[in-house]
Amino acid sequence: MIALLTGGAVIGGNAFLTGCSSSEERNLKARLKLTPQQVAFLDEVAETILPTTQKSPGAKAAKVGSFMTIMVNDCYEAPDQQIFLDGMDKLDAACKKMHDVGFMEATAEQRLVLLTAIDKEIKGHMLQKGQSPNHYYTMFKQLTLLGYFSSEIGYKQALRYNQAPGRYEGDVPYKKGDRAWA
Amino acid sequence: MEANTYDAIVVGSGISGGWAAKELCEKGLKVLMLERGGPYEHIKDYKSALREPWDLPHRGRTTIEQKQKYPVIHRGWAASEAVMDGWVNEEDCPYTELKPFTWWRSYRMGGRSTLWGRQSYRFSPMDFEANARDGIAVPWPIGYHDVAPWYDHVEKFAGISGSIENIAHLPDGQFLPPMELNCVEKDVAKRIKQEYGDKRHLIIGRTANLTALIPGRSKCQFRNRCWEGCPFGGYFSTQSSTLPAAMKTGNLTVRPYSLVRQVLYDKDTKKATGVEVLDTETNQTYEFKSKVVFLCASSLNSTWVLFNSATDIWPEGLGSSSGELGHNVMDHHYNLGASGMVEGYEDSYIFGKRANGFYIPRFVNIGSDKRDYLRGFGYQGSASREGWSRDIAELSIGGDFKDALTEPGQWTIGATAFGEILPYHENKISLDKDRKDKWGLPVLAMDAELKENELKMRKDMLAEVKAMLSIAGVKNIKTWDGGHAMGHGIHEMGTARMGLDPKTSVLNKWNQVWDCLNVYVTDGACMTSSGCQNPSLTYMALTARAVDHAVNELKKNNS
Repeated sequence: MIALLTGGAVIGGNAFLTGCSSSEERNLKARLKLTPQQVAFLDEVAETILPTTQKSPGAKAAKVGSFMTIMVNDCYEAPDQQIFLDGMDKLDAACKKMHDVGFMEATAEQRLVLLTAIDKEIKGHMLQKGQSPNHYYTMFKQLTLLGYFSSEIGYKQALRYNQAPGRYEGDVPYKKGDRAWA
Repeated sequence: MEANTYDAIVVGSGISGGWAAKELCEKGLKVLMLERGGPYEHIKDYKSALREPWDLPHRGRTTIEQKQKYPVIHRGWAASEAVMDGWVNEEDCPYTELKPFTWWRSYRMGGRSTLWGRQSYRFSPMDFEANARDGIAVPWPIGYHDVAPWYDHVEKFAGISGSIENIAHLPDGQFLPPMELNCVEKDVAKRIKQEYGDKRHLIIGRTANLTALIPGRSKCQFRNRCWEGCPFGGYFSTQSSTLPAAMKTGNLTVRPYSLVRQVLYDKDTKKATGVEVLDTETNQTYEFKSKVVFLCASSLNSTWVLFNSATDIWPEGLGSSSGELGHNVMDHHYNLGASGMVEGYEDSYIFGKRANGFYIPRFVNIGSDKRDYLRGFGYQGSASREGWSRDIAELSIGGDFKDALTEPGQWTIGATAFGEILPYHENKISLDKDRKDKWGLPVLAMDAELKENELKMRKDMLAEVKAMLSIAGVKNIKTWDGGHAMGHGIHEMGTARMGLDPKTSVLNKWNQVWDCLNVYVTDGACMTSSGCQNPSLTYMALTARAVDHAVNELKKNNS
């Protein structure tokens, strides 16, 4: 599902062998314990992708940064974990390059311009990537979408949720602007 | 009654085992039901079913650890966070793939009856006559008229919702009210009818979800979370249906962690005396005695038990005298289909989550329709509006993007095909004596594949769905074929087929092992051909029918 949107396979979908030595593994494990600052960074990335609007709270309110941390730790293969972790630094560097400030210091508008540019670049990359490594931005975006729409805020405020509908109707009136069912 | 002695032993607690236990108990027999896995109690053990979806830490995704532990389940769509505990521990219970074989197993109380897809269709006269007509394998020893009253019997109890359609090759049943096709599906159905007249039908799926009350159970709540276990008992499972009925009689004893190693066979009386059980927790072995044994351990595992039984008389196992035990493995080949976009209907939406879709029954090789292959296929699918994971043209990120995703997208429709697989003698399972499971028991080796008939059919399955969707006005139709490894259809069957002749079949027309008449095999192992309909309803009917026979035989012998 999310694969379609970001133009490639869902990351974490395939197991493959890794050639990590044990010291590299230990190092990676340590790096995967994200600091509160890093989680806050991810929250801001997610918030840029899915911000608070008049209609509903954004990804930060849905704690997408913490969700990303769990997913990268538990569901990503080591090479993807590496890419994800390096990706935070790369994104920050890209922001400095574009706006002369780090991502956390950048304004919401600057962040949006940056991520929109990367998104455009990546769409091409993912469509013809073949066996080449995944891109960190694809990870951020996939996890933001999944984390947001599968959160309580996503279910109840962005979308509509009914725990036990009790019946099915196959043709009810819909008017533009009505929220989708979660 | 002596300790460890019962009137009947039922091996397995899934759909077939549950039915065997219920019917035997209700007819007054003292029954022992053996389940190799652990308990899984109705409602109490449905741990995720009443949790909110956002409470799952990985929101439905599985972890790297689970991928390593459950490689087979990760080949398909069944690897989902909420149900991973339901699948067999693949490290403890390996099997050998001489050819690719995807085996979906659930070793716990109720077997796959809590996880099943619930689609329930009768086999038709055409299906029971197929082998005889085509000169394939051996004829079925029974016809539709033999099974029809038992379909009535099991449908009334299980609760099958469906519509009366008067289609000769998909007989109607004792249905609860049908669920509803949605507006797009209705329109596609109409256009198919306009084009093909009475030759093709798009109908609402027939499913074992309650659309009306049945005593002791609640109606389907349209949550579409069935496989987490239904806290409402809204669909048929051992736990919701047959087990409580059997328990109510006071005649049932259930023993979990009981792996049946073999049927005990007495060569003087030529009868089974009971079974030998390995306790999977303590590794102790026990013997349980009974007058009759029902093997309902799942298609391939019932045959595994037979392979390991009476080997001092028949080295290849009990029921092997015909040379057919383990042979003629079937499945339904699928993993292919088509989908596309539907224009219009922007003012229409749905309410509720329907754990069901549409069904297009078989239409090939019927009447004057002739193809370059035998038998046929059906389609299952649905129409829906796209959700948040869709692409939005011109938008990539930001507030407008988010708000757009909170609204439903365009209507889409998709269908997958399920095709009949012929019974080939050379498609077989056997014991891999060099490879052992956690308990030191030899594992199964799978050696089965699709052949020319199925491969030809697959091309047609794609061509026909594309043609029908085109006729229905669907745009941007994409077909896909992911290939099919045997077993992947989760309708694995055969290996102990029924027949008229003990020289060419393992079971007789009452599901009795020809070589040992007080052993009945009533799960998918017994199938002589596969049809293309989801088979569980047929296992229920054959099981109830076999129990009736067994109890009558016992009464005769006692009088």
